[in-house]
Amino acid sequence: MEVTKVTDATRVFKIGEVETKALRGVNLSIEDGEFTALVGPSGSGKTTLLQLIGLLDQPTTGSVVINGQEATHLNRNQRADLRKDAIGFVFQFFALIPTLTAYENVEMPLLLNGTKPAERKKRVNEMLEAVGLSDRAHHRPDQLSGGQQQRVAVARALSTNPKLILADEPTANLDTENGKQVMDIMQRLNKETGVTFVFATHDPRVIGYANRVVTLQDGVITKDSRSNGKP
Amino acid sequence: MIQAFKLAYRNVGRNKTRSLLSALAVGVGMALLLLMVSVLEGEMTGALQNTIRLQSGHLQIRPANYEETKLSLKWEDLIADPGQVAAKIEDLPQVTVATPRLSASAILNLSNESKGVQILGIDPESAANKPFRDGMLSGEFIQADDREGILIGNILAEKLNLKVNDNVNLLVTTSNGDVNEQPFTVRGIFTTRTPGYDESTIFMPLAKAQAITATENHASSIFVLLQNSEDAEAVAQALQSNNLKVLTWREQNQFVVQFEDYANAFFIILYLIVLGITATVVTNTLVMAVFERTREIGILSAIGMKGGGIMAQFLAEAALLATGGVIGGLIIGGAVVAYFTVYGIYIGDYGITGVLFEDRIYAHLTLANTVTLAIVTYVITLVASLYPARLAARMEPVEALHGSGV
Repeated sequence: MEVTKVTDATRVFKIGEVETKALRGVNLSIEDGEFTALVGPSGSGKTTLLQLIGLLDQPTTGSVVINGQEATHLNRNQRADLRKDAIGFVFQFFALIPTLTAYENVEMPLLLNGTKPAERKKRVNEMLEAVGLSDRAHHRPDQLSGGQQQRVAVARALSTNPKLILADEPTANLDTENGKQVMDIMQRLNKETGVTFVFATHDPRVIGYANRVVTLQDGVITKDSRSNGKP
Repeated sequence: MIQAFKLAYRNVGRNKTRSLLSALAVGVGMALLLLMVSVLEGEMTGALQNTIRLQSGHLQIRPANYEETKLSLKWEDLIADPGQVAAKIEDLPQVTVATPRLSASAILNLSNESKGVQILGIDPESAANKPFRDGMLSGEFIQADDREGILIGNILAEKLNLKVNDNVNLLVTTSNGDVNEQPFTVRGIFTTRTPGYDESTIFMPLAKAQAITATENHASSIFVLLQNSEDAEAVAQALQSNNLKVLTWREQNQFVVQFEDYANAFFIILYLIVLGITATVVTNTLVMAVFERTREIGILSAIGMKGGGIMAQFLAEAALLATGGVIGGLIIGGAVVAYFTVYGIYIGDYGITGVLFEDRIYAHLTLANTVTLAIVTYVITLVASLYPARLAARMEPVEALHGSGV
């Protein structure tokens, strides 16, 4: 089953009189349970594509479908609702709320979707345990290492049990060891829970984890390969 | 909502100095408003109460054709047999005291100096004279049968260098137009703490005032105090007759009432200026917070927080600043107002014709004014936060995540 489908998507940024075409007619379908890497050089459009799939941005033309729901013409609040229920995010910078503890950061999406307190507590503890940070639950981001912060971000992304996790350069600011830890956790969760991961990266170590690699160049998909040999 | 306040509380604590200064701005603004309101209230209430207790009473009964400014002593302009009229009025249940008074212009002559004054013939036994009796600085209050004694105000005494037992001459024009001059002895010196009054008023027993002015059993007016000032109109209605005019304290003090309205309108402009400055500080603080936390706003938006939720975050922060500011304002303002309630602000001989200001303004803060100002300050602070809150709420998540949403 398709978790997301992007059809003929273009994205044109206009700065003053200058137009920049970040995406030039992209078609992409991501199946349930895939572990997909979007790769390509800087400026190839991989982050822009990830933002369109994540409903953080809207295509200039074309459409985006999430879990079978056409999302292109949703308003700001409807997109927020769909993000809350269906999509988790892991960003390159360790995108945690600095005033909240690790526990509270993971809890935040559950508060937003109205999960009851007992279920919330259980879920947060499960997620922190899954990323190996139960003992850091009450630490604030500035008391955690970069790798630990990114693991909290992964736990937060998974807390509402979404079908799709989008990660933009998740290891770019991590050293080799921490980057490996984060990728190992993401791969394990993909296998254990079946959650779909799509991550933008140009780190060859990360690309090795993917079972599907989509290559972008100048705003178009130039290659789409699966490790099981499917085209 | 609890989560919004929890996050807001921690955000307020992020930059403690800035938050403290913002709350202080709200607090100082509110304290200033409390002081302004209480001083205005104290000034107006004090002037009105002073004018009522010294000059106008709650009601004043006069002959139908009496003109206050002329101080006419013609019999047709006076009330005949005023003691009897006052006694009848005093029988009314709403009336505390009713007493006849005779007003006349006079010239006070000393050997080398003279000064225009106003004689007030009073019934020394009347309870209406309590303010003068309480204000005695030296000597004794006059007796009803005293034929030479007068009381003078302390300002007049100072200016003419008069003391108790000093002798003065008073020159008056009588009811029939003759000039009469008689010697008097200063029995006592009083103060009403109202410079304009204490410089120009001389008291003598009503009978003596009637004798020197040849008005015989007549008075200029009946001075009436009521148990409740709000009964003035009803009692005035009951006392209306063809040959007497009944004036309520509102009618007699229209200038004070109008002056209060004018002052209130003027002060509203000052309030708005103070609140405007306070609001600007709050807006500035929160706009800075929005700029600093653009990326966090993007994160919250990305994980599904709607614009309303983000707006609520900043409104909650403003509510916390407002709460701290209002509490601080109540403490600072309360202390300052308490000081000026006890010690007052010295204004000296400041006067407006027809209004009797004391030489000090005492702050008078009512519960209603305090509650109103607290609510107004709170609401203005929240209104001031609407712009930054909307700014945050309207950010596109993708731009906010890149720290460029504003």
